[in-house]
Amino acid sequence: MLLEVRDLKKVYEGRQRPVEAVRDLTFGLDAGDLVCLVGPSGCGKTTLLKCMAGLLAPTGGEVLLRDKRVTGPPPGMAVVFQEYGRSLFPWMSVRDNVELPLRNKGMPRRQRQELVAGALAAVGLADAHHAYPWQLSGGMQQRVAIARAVAYQPDVLLMDEPFAAVDAQTRADLEDLIRDLWRELGVTILFVTHDIDEAVYLGQRVIILSSSPTVVREVLDVDLPDQRDQLTTRSDSRFTELRSHVYAQIQAAKRESTVGSHDAARQTDLARQVLQ
Amino acid sequence: MTRVLTRIGLALLLPVVLFAVWWFATANSQNFYVPPLREILSTFPEVWTGQRLRTDVLPSLIRLAAGYTVAVLAGVALGVLVGGSRRVRAVLEPVLEFFRAIPPPVLVPVIMLFAGIGDTMKVVVIAAGCVWPILLNTVEGVRAVDGVLADTCRSYGITGEARLRHLVLRSASPQIAAGMRQALSIGIILMVISEMFAASNGLGFTIVQFQRGFAIPDMWSGILLLGLLGLALSVLFRLVESWALRWYHGQRRVQRGRS
Repeated sequence: MLLEVRDLKKVYEGRQRPVEAVRDLTFGLDAGDLVCLVGPSGCGKTTLLKCMAGLLAPTGGEVLLRDKRVTGPPPGMAVVFQEYGRSLFPWMSVRDNVELPLRNKGMPRRQRQELVAGALAAVGLADAHHAYPWQLSGGMQQRVAIARAVAYQPDVLLMDEPFAAVDAQTRADLEDLIRDLWRELGVTILFVTHDIDEAVYLGQRVIILSSSPTVVREVLDVDLPDQRDQLTTRSDSRFTELRSHVYAQIQAAKRESTVGSHDAARQTDLARQVLQ
Repeated sequence: MTRVLTRIGLALLLPVVLFAVWWFATANSQNFYVPPLREILSTFPEVWTGQRLRTDVLPSLIRLAAGYTVAVLAGVALGVLVGGSRRVRAVLEPVLEFFRAIPPPVLVPVIMLFAGIGDTMKVVVIAAGCVWPILLNTVEGVRAVDGVLADTCRSYGITGEARLRHLVLRSASPQIAAGMRQALSIGIILMVISEMFAASNGLGFTIVQFQRGFAIPDMWSGILLLGLLGLALSVLFRLVESWALRWYHGQRRVQRGRS
């Protein structure tokens, strides 16, 4: 297994009392996977992702990348953050933004230039090399961040709700871009989102999380064809079934955290029935 | 084009008015200490000859440049250190506030005791006064480095010197520039003051000499020159700043346009 999360637990030391954000998470990604993590709002998705990226130390459990324990940001990982406007260097051109991590690796110039040009072309920004990021639209800025991550040639690409802040049309384009990059470049992607449709549309597998304190509620294989597009896939009856199922699960997860578990069990049953 | 002309016109309006007021108010002045502006202007080229610029203005400017450079280097270096660590900040901040509260001119007699009355003293005085705004602004700038950008750097393994160069200094640069702009005017003041205490040449020294020798129009012309010098330096500073921070000003314009 390429990336493994084992019994991960994260407790924040709050002012009055400790807050348990992530209780116990175990799952894994194989090379070439495209897995979506979906859960109710505030379920600790970002906490989980930061732990996986080595940006945050877990309270318990561990994250393994190629069987090596993650203690700090590992070299084989790239992260695309939600806040595209704050993750690109505003004082650098688009090209320099993409190139900086490669330069930092000590990669020779010729190879760097090839990778940068290739990555920018792959995200459809071949003619924006010299622009500053803030001269571009939000969607294009996120493309730059994706190009930077792709050029870095990571083993795993972690994406933290990358399209939450762009408009719906741009979002659809970016989703297709991710599918294309995944199929063409064979990167392994873990995509965190709160958008159920997005999770089902993008993922080969969807991991459904519970409300905080977070556990894995279900791992769902998405048995849709590899070739997906916004029109036919989204109107496919199987797509509708799957998204209804995930929706019911998330609703149940939310209810579970507010009402007793009896009601939640009923919701889970409902979710099962939807799938059958 | 008309816009640029309007702006230049507006910028020149008040200076022209003030100049005219000065000119006409003193035109028939019999007061020995307030000579007519006409007389001051006619003295100007006689006093500030090439020779004098070399022997008095140039040394002043060199001292200013040296002191200012020292202040920028020390202020930024210390500021990065203080801004980067909460613990260092906790220890140093009260002391820094204390030193900042001391008006730099009072340091002149003290520094004279240690550094003598030569150029070193003047450079030290200028540096000691200029360092504070640069230091404090750098601290603020370094503290305000964006969390997402910092995480981005960490996840791409950009640490140590590369992080300092590409993230910390660049991201703090607008604040550093603001500190440097404040420091520049302090520097000019201290340049003059340090030369008034003990010196054998320099702008401050020359102006005091004129005053003591009752060469009043010459003294006024020196003050005029100082003003022009300050203006020229601040225009130069602005040009360099707007070039170096063009990303910052561009981004601000875009953000203002969007909101």
